[in-house]
Amino acid sequence: MKVKMLSRNPDNYVRETKLDIQRVPRNYDPTLHPFEVPREYVRALNATKLERVFAKPFLASLDGHRDGVNCLAKHPKSLATVLSGACDGEVKIWNLTKRKCIRTMQAHEGFVRGICTRFCGSSFFTIGDDKTVKQWKMDGPSYGEEEEPLQTILGKTVYTGIDHHWKEAVFATCGQQVDIWDEQRTSPICSMTWGFDSISSVKFNPIETFLLGSCASDRNIVLYDMRQATPLKKVILDMRTNTVCWNPMEAFVFTAANEDYNLYTFDMRALDTPVMVHMDHVSAVLDVDYSPTGKEFVSASFDKSIRIFPVNKSRSREVYHTKRMQHVICVKWTSDSKYIMCGSDEMNIRLWKANASEKLGVLTSREKAAMDYNQKLKEKFKHYPQIKRIARHRHLPKSIYSQILEQRVMKEARRRKEVNRRKHSKPGSVPIVSEKKKHIVAVVK
Amino acid sequence: METAPKPGGDAPPKKNKLRAKRKKPRERRNPEPQRTLSGAQDPFPGPAPAPVEAARKFRRIDKSKKLLHSKSKARSRLEAAEAEEEEASLRAARSELLLAEEPGFLEGEDGEDTAKIRQTDIVEAVDIASAAKHFDLNLRQFGPYRLNYSRTGRHLALGGRRGHVAALDWVTKKLMCEINVMEAVRDIRFLHSEALLAVAQNRWLHIYDNQGIELHCIRRCDRITQLEFLPFHFLLATASETGFLTYLDVSVGKIVTALNARAGRLDVMTQNPYNAIIHLGHSNGTVSLWSPAMKEPLAKILCHRGGVRAMAVDSTGTYMATSGLDHQLKIFDLRGTFQPLSSRTLPQGAGHLAFSQRGLLAAGMGDVVNIWSGQGKGSPPSLEKPYLTHRLSGHVHGLQFCPFEDVLGVGHNGGITSMLVPGAAEPNFDGLENNPYRSRKQRQEWEVKALLEKVPAELICLDPRALAEVDVITLEQEKKERIERLGYDPEAKAPFHPKPKQKGRSSTASLVKRKRKVMDEEHRDKVRQSLKQKQQQKEDGKKPKPTGTRSSALDRFMH
Repeated sequence: MKVKMLSRNPDNYVRETKLDIQRVPRNYDPTLHPFEVPREYVRALNATKLERVFAKPFLASLDGHRDGVNCLAKHPKSLATVLSGACDGEVKIWNLTKRKCIRTMQAHEGFVRGICTRFCGSSFFTIGDDKTVKQWKMDGPSYGEEEEPLQTILGKTVYTGIDHHWKEAVFATCGQQVDIWDEQRTSPICSMTWGFDSISSVKFNPIETFLLGSCASDRNIVLYDMRQATPLKKVILDMRTNTVCWNPMEAFVFTAANEDYNLYTFDMRALDTPVMVHMDHVSAVLDVDYSPTGKEFVSASFDKSIRIFPVNKSRSREVYHTKRMQHVICVKWTSDSKYIMCGSDEMNIRLWKANASEKLGVLTSREKAAMDYNQKLKEKFKHYPQIKRIARHRHLPKSIYSQILEQRVMKEARRRKEVNRRKHSKPGSVPIVSEKKKHIVAVVK
Repeated sequence: METAPKPGGDAPPKKNKLRAKRKKPRERRNPEPQRTLSGAQDPFPGPAPAPVEAARKFRRIDKSKKLLHSKSKARSRLEAAEAEEEEASLRAARSELLLAEEPGFLEGEDGEDTAKIRQTDIVEAVDIASAAKHFDLNLRQFGPYRLNYSRTGRHLALGGRRGHVAALDWVTKKLMCEINVMEAVRDIRFLHSEALLAVAQNRWLHIYDNQGIELHCIRRCDRITQLEFLPFHFLLATASETGFLTYLDVSVGKIVTALNARAGRLDVMTQNPYNAIIHLGHSNGTVSLWSPAMKEPLAKILCHRGGVRAMAVDSTGTYMATSGLDHQLKIFDLRGTFQPLSSRTLPQGAGHLAFSQRGLLAAGMGDVVNIWSGQGKGSPPSLEKPYLTHRLSGHVHGLQFCPFEDVLGVGHNGGITSMLVPGAAEPNFDGLENNPYRSRKQRQEWEVKALLEKVPAELICLDPRALAEVDVITLEQEKKERIERLGYDPEAKAPFHPKPKQKGRSSTASLVKRKRKVMDEEHRDKVRQSLKQKQQQKEDGKKPKPTGTRSSALDRFMH
């Protein structure tokens, strides 16, 4: 007879010394791993719950301004530097790693309306209610010198927004019209205008660097071409847009923060329909900034919260709020896509994590592997009702929550009335207009 | 040029045309032959050969099922997932090269009947370590013994009818505890690890530590005859003389449900390790399948003409072996038709049945144990000729194959016998599931992880992959609600508007012709559908009338 018994040599299965790692032989046969789907489901449920447990996004509050923070600007070369302009004309430069203010200057009398850095990071420009544009050095004044701007340009009208070109020594301001300035000259090289109302903000496209977008008080968004020095096209919305931000990864996509509590993402080539309408805020949206990945953006609103939206979804994935944070005026996403800074009415700049439950610092490879596994599990099971309920749950302040309920009732009533109108009138007389097209009035070329 | 958005008719709005084009998956270029300093080249270039047959067992997607109401996005994602699964299954099949151990075997020479080979012959022919796995514990004083191996196969718990309870590491023969509980012991089970024992004593259920310390006495579970532990749900199922099947969650210590089986005394119980369903055998020849989520049995299978005396389910949950008072031993197909696949008449009814990890079936009839084997892991055992037989010194009272060793443990009147059965066990275990060589630290880590991923009892059902199915009912419900809310169906096909063309192809006559073409095509489709439905109805109506009903004159008043 031929016989062989299964006989394992323990030396192959037990480690030799205490300093070795344990031996773990693997067999991926599915019969050895029963209940795959229920066990993965329970792991996904645990991962979702843990994400909510570790969701502590607030990092720090930068204190020091003596009036509300009106505008923020990022340093293009240094992740730890941020500039802020306040409503009493003060400009402060902060170091985010030490969470301290490293430099202060009284830049203007009145509001600091806009602040922007030069692409090389050596200087920055500020505009104020005293109709001046000032250029400052980024390095502080050396010993014995006083805080003086490099250049001061006096204008005739109040400027409301400024943005610097991403590659050339050119910047644009807006007020009554959009002016393009050369840094060496004291008068604009060209002025562009379309319409008769004041323009509230202007932004250069980071990829197609000759394009500019601006928002005006007569509810339109105008796109300009710097090379031809003409406006290109404009889109008229229902209500006024406060700011516009270009997507740093897609050359032709920009998002507009509107007064009707929504944000609209447009594709420049087809302005008649927005790519997406983002609805979640309960009050006017004041500022928007894109993440450097181009996949998400953050918006600051007059209801005292900031929300993070994915570009392709109409609902926010995250909302940050604090009892102490009042109306948020400006928001910025840092260039390493990890942090969000927001400046609000009550003189504080707050630093938040972009992913609320992310662990900061260096992770070991096992930690990273475990986090990647949990992330994949959450994505795989995100449609299951119990998991969706937990992942979606956010605590909201009572004001925002009651506003949401009220607005929901109002929307429901409007929808019901429209359905009834459509039901009881001649078919085709009450047209179905998609939500995206509802807010656009016209596109003009 | 001013363009305001056109007000369409009752048409649902069109999607945005400017969407980013989908990128094709990047094809991997063939790697150039590696050039080494010595100039040597790999004699077997490219990846290791992947056996396509072995890859089949790693595939989980059932390609025969079609998704209804699927949109193109979902369909394309499904196709991508299927392609990924193909690749992953090939890689998993290739990784089987790394499995170190081979299963055991026993072959007779020149037509020798393996059933005639005795245990002593096998012990002589095999190496020392394996020979040491065969032992006999002569314990005549404390009555017939029942035994249970722990999940890793390292530890053995034995309970004698007259109260002897012991737990030991049977490989090193190191005794963990030995006590007499001063009461009749009807069944004994390890809980999730070798640290805890559940003993069904005469009156109540007791839980002991592996040092012999009594931890709990659960008085709600009284007069229990059988115990089964569901390891992934941390549930202890108990069948009692009063006819109740009680599920006890041992991680939180709560009774999940107590189901009244309404079939009198419950004597025969086994679990299906594939889906954690409890099988109960009754005296009217039926086997009922129970889940803690339902008050009624999930299914009832008529197996024997007399009472059912023993049942066993194999580790993949495909086959159930049952034996009854009619001296039959039958194998049923559980995943599909619930029909008997094969049957055999035994001279004496089998009172105990057990399946091994590789599909061997052991039956204890009186003081004889017969083992049948099949082709391999997936096939049912063929009941023609037994693979091995053994006569014990007393009547069999407990039977279990040791999980990762080629050993069958038998509890009988005279104590415990450990038989050698070459080829019974799965040779390659997974270190993260059950590792017989785990250290204390590894056991603690494993226990924490197992508790964290404990499956809730409500998820036990006949198909363990039911959670992965699309919830079609909820989907249809939501669709209906959405149509009601919006007043129109957002996913309905928009009515055809012919695109305006250049060079005179857009005259009224040609537009009308184009519209007519599309309308006729749709009409033809509709007619085809209705014809198909009518044919189906005809076929359903043509089904044969139930036999046994004789046509009578009163039939004309029936329809």
